[in-house]
Amino acid sequence: MTKVLELHNITKRFGALTANDDVTLTLDQGEILALLGENGAGKTTLMNILFGHYAADEGHVKVFGQELPPGLPRAAIAAGVGMVHQHFTLAGNLTVLENVMLGSEPLTRLTSARGAARKKLMQIADRFGLPVKPEAKVSALSVGERQRVEILKALYRDARVLILDEPTAVLARPEAMRLFETLRDMTKEGLSLIFISHKLHEVMAASDRVAVLRGGKMVAERRTNDTNPGELAELMVGRKVERPVRHDHQIGAPVLVADKVRVADGGETRLDDVSFTVHAGEILGIVGVSGNGQAALGALLSGLAHPASGSLTLADQDVGHLGPRGMIRAGAGRVPEDRHSEGVVGELSLWENAVLERLRTPEFSRRGFVRQGAARAYANDLIKRFDIRGAAPDTRIRLLSGGNMQKLILGRVLSNGPRFVLANQPTRGLDEGAIAAVHAELLAARAEGAAILLISEELEEAVALSDRIQAIVKGRLSEPISADEADPQRLGLMMAGVWTEDDHAA
Amino acid sequence: MRLERRAHVPLHLVILAPLAAIFAALLLAAGLIAAAGVNPLTAYGEMLTGALGSRLSITEMLTRATPLIFTGLAAAVAFRARLWNIGGEGQFFVGALVTAWIGHSLGVPGWIGIPLLMLAGMAAGAALLAGPAFLRLRFGVDEVVTTLLLNFIVILFVGLMIEGPMRDPLAFGWPSSVPVDGDFRLPDLVPRTRLHIGLLFAIAAAGAVWLVLARTVFGAETRAAGLNASAAAFAGISLPKTIMGVALLSGALAGLAGSVEVMGVTAGVTTTMSPGFGYAGIVVAMLAALHPAGVVAAAVFVATVFVGADAMSRATGVPSFIADVIVALCLLTMIVALLFTTYRVRR
Repeated sequence: MTKVLELHNITKRFGALTANDDVTLTLDQGEILALLGENGAGKTTLMNILFGHYAADEGHVKVFGQELPPGLPRAAIAAGVGMVHQHFTLAGNLTVLENVMLGSEPLTRLTSARGAARKKLMQIADRFGLPVKPEAKVSALSVGERQRVEILKALYRDARVLILDEPTAVLARPEAMRLFETLRDMTKEGLSLIFISHKLHEVMAASDRVAVLRGGKMVAERRTNDTNPGELAELMVGRKVERPVRHDHQIGAPVLVADKVRVADGGETRLDDVSFTVHAGEILGIVGVSGNGQAALGALLSGLAHPASGSLTLADQDVGHLGPRGMIRAGAGRVPEDRHSEGVVGELSLWENAVLERLRTPEFSRRGFVRQGAARAYANDLIKRFDIRGAAPDTRIRLLSGGNMQKLILGRVLSNGPRFVLANQPTRGLDEGAIAAVHAELLAARAEGAAILLISEELEEAVALSDRIQAIVKGRLSEPISADEADPQRLGLMMAGVWTEDDHAA
Repeated sequence: MRLERRAHVPLHLVILAPLAAIFAALLLAAGLIAAAGVNPLTAYGEMLTGALGSRLSITEMLTRATPLIFTGLAAAVAFRARLWNIGGEGQFFVGALVTAWIGHSLGVPGWIGIPLLMLAGMAAGAALLAGPAFLRLRFGVDEVVTTLLLNFIVILFVGLMIEGPMRDPLAFGWPSSVPVDGDFRLPDLVPRTRLHIGLLFAIAAAGAVWLVLARTVFGAETRAAGLNASAAAFAGISLPKTIMGVALLSGALAGLAGSVEVMGVTAGVTTTMSPGFGYAGIVVAMLAALHPAGVVAAAVFVATVFVGADAMSRATGVPSFIADVIVALCLLTMIVALLFTTYRVRR
């Protein structure tokens, strides 16, 4: 088989850090290769070298047998390499066609050849099965559609090798599966693909071959058919990682009770007739396709939204009207959906973030002054107890990895001995090691009798952690089912809004 | 070329940035001075001796720095919380006007009256910024527009007052308000100069602002809200309360600038009593990287330019407007310098 792409002995250093260490990788015609590795393993660096964003310190890149000059994205594009970045690089105020054409025409041209471009775009869209509306404004498109535009942008520049950096990071599960089907079809049209991922199930589902990077080194290559998720996880992390297992135990009394809650936002109903109960020592999982009301549910339980009708009680206290501080005082701990935008203030230090929610408690302030000594000591305690790595109390929080950031958030929530914990997408974007740590902490809190509501888009996670599961669809909740009864098919139906007649009785 | 965010900004860059910005601004202004037909080195030499060359000139410079410290602190406090208070000039004038108005006929001893008048000036400045802050919180009205436009309204209002109800009959037709009572004039810091103890108040205010920002719950909440409003809201920090608190503090500081200037220097209010203290305060705050200690140093620099430019103008004939040009250029160059301290350039 012909090699469409060869990376030979690539080494790249950033100061003291060796991001890529003697990495060799090849790609065959029509193949889908998964580049697997934890955050910081050097995947993105490697692809940036291939695409010419960085110049390698050692080694070289060949595309269709021709050596690429280092550090020239233009040369990579001309050779037929296209890259789809994790964070989209589209102009929202322009149309799809304009975005695709952007940068592909010489500046010296006075008129823009829209007609021809449009024809070419539609041909490509048709051939690769990527339907788009060329005149639609990008800002009006869904995330999945935007990604399609990114891919078309690369194909429009005649890419024959496509690199996708974490393509599913922003997609819901069904969208992701659709994307992989599309990618599979594209290989039949002669494209070769590399996608970067740290999600094992995706790699297993979508790739022909897997290359595993760890600490900048290529540690293994497997044909996907000859391996299994367990082996890949171990290769990726470098040791055996097992997610902790939930053990059955006695469930206690109801702690958090929502009764027929409706939440509206600017006249639009976000949650409708929602009822659920979380008991002491229980994890209730809420599964669903993203955008079905999880955000409103999270806001409600965080104290940022309030019921328009119905009631929310926490340990027999009506908490529907309480703000974040009131919720915390009532015994709630909250892990937000997006740790960067809601969980932490990146430019503040670890200790400031640790006490952010409780600045006004006597523990951390006196007569309006912050008790810095107490706060730093508390932060130190969290670092030790929750194994937050590479950090001191005065470290700026944005320098922490996602996993360590999440450990801090969990730590500040759990060290407070909460009666109720909201865990909203607690492992999104984390690598295997960090996921296992977060799961262990949640299960430990459960064992100590906390009532936990877990909102998750990862079915494996919801099934593994939850005692009971409810699905959220268009702002409504299904009746709960026991985790033992939760098979993928049933959950899939529930998430599609089909729940059986007798479930409707209550 | 790519910009890469620095993990950590080293201290020497923090200090170097404003110095480099000032150097660049002076270099750019040198072109204009040369265009006016004067050797820039001669001009800058005159400027330096004009501001720092004698005891008198130094006291004059420090007199000018005093209101700049207050307005610089006002801008720094607001900008830290992403409240873009461009209305320092207007707040300065209402502070001055209220001080003169009350201070003209207040029948109490000086040691009670002076603090009282300072509080009155602060209240006036705070009240003036409370309006735009409320409009921003309630209706999302951009405070840049409202605070900026209020400046012109306030200055026209001052003009109305000193031509009308507050006109000083003893000023021989010179447009000035009635003066504050002699008991409420701030004592001189250096005898036979204009330098008054207001400078000490300004330095004390810088210390107080630092303490509030760095050590109090209010300061911590302000910082969190300014850096990441949604995370602050999630943590239960009330954004309206924080913004309003910041607005009151910022407005009060700018109002205090006007109050102290009236009691310390001018006695009465005139529409020309400020060469743009409010606007220059924005530059001072930026040059200080919004740090209270830096504000004192930056205010001294801007005051040096203002006072020195007058002397340079007399000696060389270059219009003293060059001072405004230099100060304005400093704002632009400082913004560029901040980019280079926050980011690293990579090829």
